[in-house]
Amino acid sequence: MKATPDALREPAQQPAEQLRYARLLDWGTRIGLIVLLLSFAAHVTDALQPHVPLERLPQLWTLPVRHYLIEAQMPTGWGWLALVHRGDILGLAGIAILAGCSIFCLLALVPLYGARGDKAFVAICLAEVAVVVLAASGWLAGGH
Amino acid sequence: MRGVRALALGAAALLLAAIAFAAQTASVAAPAASAWWVWPLGLFVACFLMGIVAVPAGIGGGTLFVPIVGSFFPFHLDFVRGAGLLVALASALSAGPTLMRSGLGSLRLALPLAVLASASSIGGALLGLAMPANVVQMLLGGVVLGIVVLMAVSKKSEFPQVDRPDALAQALALHGVFVDGASRRVVPWQVHRTVPGLLVFLCIGVLAGMFGIGAGWANVPALNLLMGAPLKVSAGTSSLVLSLVDSSAAWVYINKGAVLPMIAVPSVVGMMLGARIGARLLNVLKGSVIRRMVIGVLLFAGARALLKGTGLWP
Repeated sequence: MKATPDALREPAQQPAEQLRYARLLDWGTRIGLIVLLLSFAAHVTDALQPHVPLERLPQLWTLPVRHYLIEAQMPTGWGWLALVHRGDILGLAGIAILAGCSIFCLLALVPLYGARGDKAFVAICLAEVAVVVLAASGWLAGGH
Repeated sequence: MRGVRALALGAAALLLAAIAFAAQTASVAAPAASAWWVWPLGLFVACFLMGIVAVPAGIGGGTLFVPIVGSFFPFHLDFVRGAGLLVALASALSAGPTLMRSGLGSLRLALPLAVLASASSIGGALLGLAMPANVVQMLLGGVVLGIVVLMAVSKKSEFPQVDRPDALAQALALHGVFVDGASRRVVPWQVHRTVPGLLVFLCIGVLAGMFGIGAGWANVPALNLLMGAPLKVSAGTSSLVLSLVDSSAAWVYINKGAVLPMIAVPSVVGMMLGARIGARLLNVLKGSVIRRMVIGVLLFAGARALLKGTGLWP
């Protein structure tokens, strides 16, 4: 099928749920990256005091993670939230936004699929949300 | 034009060799005694260079990141895999909105595959973090060498022929349409072999979680050659699947404490900036030559990982 000049100027119209997901993902990614960069800048400039001094890092990042956690006295699971005022830990907030923004994008699709009676995709979206939430909960990783 | 291309190719070859050589030399000379900022800076430069060559080579930066950084930088493999997942995740998230708006990425096709792959990536991540580092290093070497073989021999089909979708693809309405800018055609597409595709993505999820490597190298052939999606739709949809799979696996690494912002942030930023330059160089660099060069570097990094894991080249 040859595209009309109009079709070439504008991409083929995509489903509403795809466009909504794209819009929300765009914002989630931007916010995550901004938080990540600002926290990193605060960390390396010492604007926020780090939990682990920068000078100690070369000794610690060579260790397996379980030894690193003991040496650096780092919490696991969501324990980092209690230390989020520290420059190095604040970086995890940006990372958490990047890793978690898909949850909100997927939840926003449920009403659209539901209104159309597309039960299979309502179930698929909720199943994917459940998987990411389960991973984030720290329960499987023994984080709590 | 030929001069510019030759210059760019020569520079890219030198850069890739420099990544491996500089990192290896420095890690042998002073693994822990150097100033703290030397390694994050080196990582940023290395990721910037990887980002430049990853786009013309047609692979995700995450595929290059773990074998190269894991083999030639002093960071423990646990943190390298955590950072590798974030590199792949950030790249996939950044590309996702554009791909969906243009129709090159299909959310409808990505979601069912991502559910299974996300679940299995959690298992892969838990397994990878529980295994001894040398075993993971050996397995990583094996997987990277497998990727090299796949890159060298796999064929691609621009518009695979799918006469009729299977029952599951029909029930889930796994089809779509996009405008192909190159051929100026509106291309409707549909898929088949959905159940085998789901099973393959289940395995891909385990590998993505265990090694922290972006799985575009496996997603694209599975979508294109197995399920019959057009090549461009396969590449775009692969990115959407990755964004969900890597989210799940990344949470395991975050909860286990295996994500160090000091390693992850320079990697993500370097790779994203490099990828922007790489995308601009697409018309200047010859993709097939860059691809062969990347195969060479991966071959070296894969062999290095294998030998490091076995203790033959510590």
